Amino acid sequence: MTVPVRRFDAVIVGGGGAGMRAALQLSESGLKTAVLSKVFPTRSHTVAAQGGISASLGNVQEDRWEWHMYDTVKGSDWLGDQDAIEFMCRKAPEAVIELEHFGMPFDRLENGKIYQRPFGGHTQNNGETPVQRACAAADRTGHAMLHTLYQRNVRANTQFFVEWMALDLIRDEAGDVVGVTALEMETGEVYIFHAKAVLFATGGAGRIYAASTNAFINTGDGLGMCVRAGIPLEDMEFWQFHPTGVAGAGVLITEGVRGEGGILLNANGERFMERYAPNLKDLAPRDFVARSMEQEVLEGRGCGPNKDYVLLKLDHLGPDIIKQRLPGIREIAIKFAGVDPIKEPIPVIPTCHYMMGGIPTNYRGEVVIPQGDNPEARVNGFYAAGECACASVHGANRLGTNSLLDLVVFGKSAGDSMVEFIRNEMPTWKPLPANAAERSLARISRLDNQTNGEDVTEVRTAMQRTVQARAAVFRNSENLAQGVKEIQEVAERVKRIQIKDKSKVFNTARVEALELENLIEVAVATLISADARKESRGAHAHADFQQRDDEVWMKHTLYYGDDRRLTYKPVHTKPLSVDYIPPKERTF
Amino acid sequence: MTDIDPVEIKRIRWRSRRGLLELDIVLERFLANGFDQLTTDELAAYRKCLELGDNDFLDYVNGKAEVDDPELAHIIGILRAV
Ligand SMILES: Cc1cc2nc3c(=O)[nH]c(=O)nc-3n(C[C@H](O)[C@H](O)[C@H](O)COP(=O)(O)OP(=O)(O)OC[C@H]3O[C@@H](n4cnc5c(N)ncnc54)[C@H](O)[C@@H]3O)c2cc1C
Repeated sequence: MTVPVRRFDAVIVGGGGAGMRAALQLSESGLKTAVLSKVFPTRSHTVAAQGGISASLGNVQEDRWEWHMYDTVKGSDWLGDQDAIEFMCRKAPEAVIELEHFGMPFDRLENGKIYQRPFGGHTQNNGETPVQRACAAADRTGHAMLHTLYQRNVRANTQFFVEWMALDLIRDEAGDVVGVTALEMETGEVYIFHAKAVLFATGGAGRIYAASTNAFINTGDGLGMCVRAGIPLEDMEFWQFHPTGVAGAGVLITEGVRGEGGILLNANGERFMERYAPNLKDLAPRDFVARSMEQEVLEGRGCGPNKDYVLLKLDHLGPDIIKQRLPGIREIAIKFAGVDPIKEPIPVIPTCHYMMGGIPTNYRGEVVIPQGDNPEARVNGFYAAGECACASVHGANRLGTNSLLDLVVFGKSAGDSMVEFIRNEMPTWKPLPANAAERSLARISRLDNQTNGEDVTEVRTAMQRTVQARAAVFRNSENLAQGVKEIQEVAERVKRIQIKDKSKVFNTARVEALELENLIEVAVATLISADARKESRGAHAHADFQQRDDEVWMKHTLYYGDDRRLTYKPVHTKPLSVDYIPPKERTF
Repeated sequence: MTDIDPVEIKRIRWRSRRGLLELDIVLERFLANGFDQLTTDELAAYRKCLELGDNDFLDYVNGKAEVDDPELAHIIGILRAV
């Protein structure tokens, strides 16, 4: 079967903040650049980001990139690569000012400079006092970023392929990346995108969990494509959780609710946070509250028919305070939890929010994998940026507002590396391998021909339940080992998923089945990586190994999908220009 | 809705996948329950909603913002009740 081929200098998969920042760099250099996206670019998940983007501009209070770097290293619980962290924090002011020049409507101070708001974890003088470092465009920072970058790209002649789903990475015999296959949803046809360089910016994969703040499109497609193409995934055991997502829906209930006096209760009506954090109680740090909540559930004091959530009680505040000081919360609770918080408590559960791991890259955005003695050999022609990539700046835990920064800094850096690579090393296209589209076509034809198979929704639910039950905020050896077994059973079921609708045009069922094949790769990687890490670090809290163990475990996990094996590589302890920041106990 | 091109219906279903989880949840419920009963005019209005930016769309659906476009008011009313 012949598959039509389209040729570009550069192909970018993903039209969120990271993909569009990279595309701009390429198009403005005059290279023929395509951006593929499952949805219209400005509806990428970046649109959900409200809090802001960090940069040590020092517009409100004195600030320095070195302090930002310290906070990021500490936040990462010393798993972040210090060269990449220095690179990002140093570039941050320039990156934000560049966005301003592109026309992004940041909130301003009276003197016309960009306003900066406080955000957890950002401090002056290496942890001394909080600092205002987050730049925002009202509560629509992500939206403003997407619109700004989209306009610039249109002007620079980036060619958008909207409602196209990339299916698989194409590597040639040498292992170099020469393109991707993609499905045009409108026709159901598969195409080959032949490129001198490919960048993945496919975003997160939060939908592997039953409780997730991520939109439905966050299915880890870039990671699934990597696993199938023999590229390992880095640090997949590290996922950030938000303590109060609405049970069963995932929608976030802001921290402000507890700030105003909302309290958490278990099935016995006990205010359990008094036991875990006698001083701070319900206002203890995010990860601590989340772990305490899960402990209650694990010990059988969860609420509801499945005893799997706790309650956030507000009614004692009275209707006036709820309406005045917490606008929107009542509507959210009614709409997504089916309860009126003026009368009843809201069921809540720690909810997956952000993926720290991903496709292994360096700070130049190049995908790097072990080869012989070199733990980080470049995969020629392959780049990644944004939430799907692991540079690694977030290490074991991400600092709020550092993700939007990651998108623009590493999006640009990857774009620059690609321009250099194409100009200096890849004057023309490497030939496509003969079987370039074979894997993708086989996947689709299996879906079309499967009989007596499994239902996509049922298998996806089984996967989400397993990951939620076995690898959420609070982990232990027994649970993880059980999870590894269970998720591999679910993976077997994914091989037999079946769709009823076999039509070609805009077949959402087919897309969801293909997405599930990506999600399961991420889910298996998560459990196997988590099961192996016998320590507690950042978001990986292990009941049987409660201490961080730098001696043994200050290293990055690499997961290979073909034989589900793990290897490890060292954390970069050499920043680019400053001194190494040695590990300390992470106390607050 | 019988006179509408079935391909267009499928396209609209895909475009109901959004960048915000809140909208995904509301629209998923709506697609399962209510969408198939829309009149031709309501469907046209729904299609117009899908052109909105996600934040504006959600503000309408949540009742945080008033709907000033008379063409959208009715369909947003339906979505608010989902
Ligand atoms: C509720 C919420 C609030 C947040 N708030 C903040 C904040 O205030 N500050 C902050 O720094 N971070 C925040 N984050 C995190 C941050 O928003 C994300 O990490 C970031 O936006 C991810 O951007 P991205 O460009 O990597 O991917 P995305 O914006 O998710 O874009 C992914 C793109 O890839 C495309 N795609 C995926 N798969 C395929 C495929 N197979 N084929 C074609 N295209 C594909 C999609 O269509 C999309 O265009 C928040 C996250 C959430 C969930």
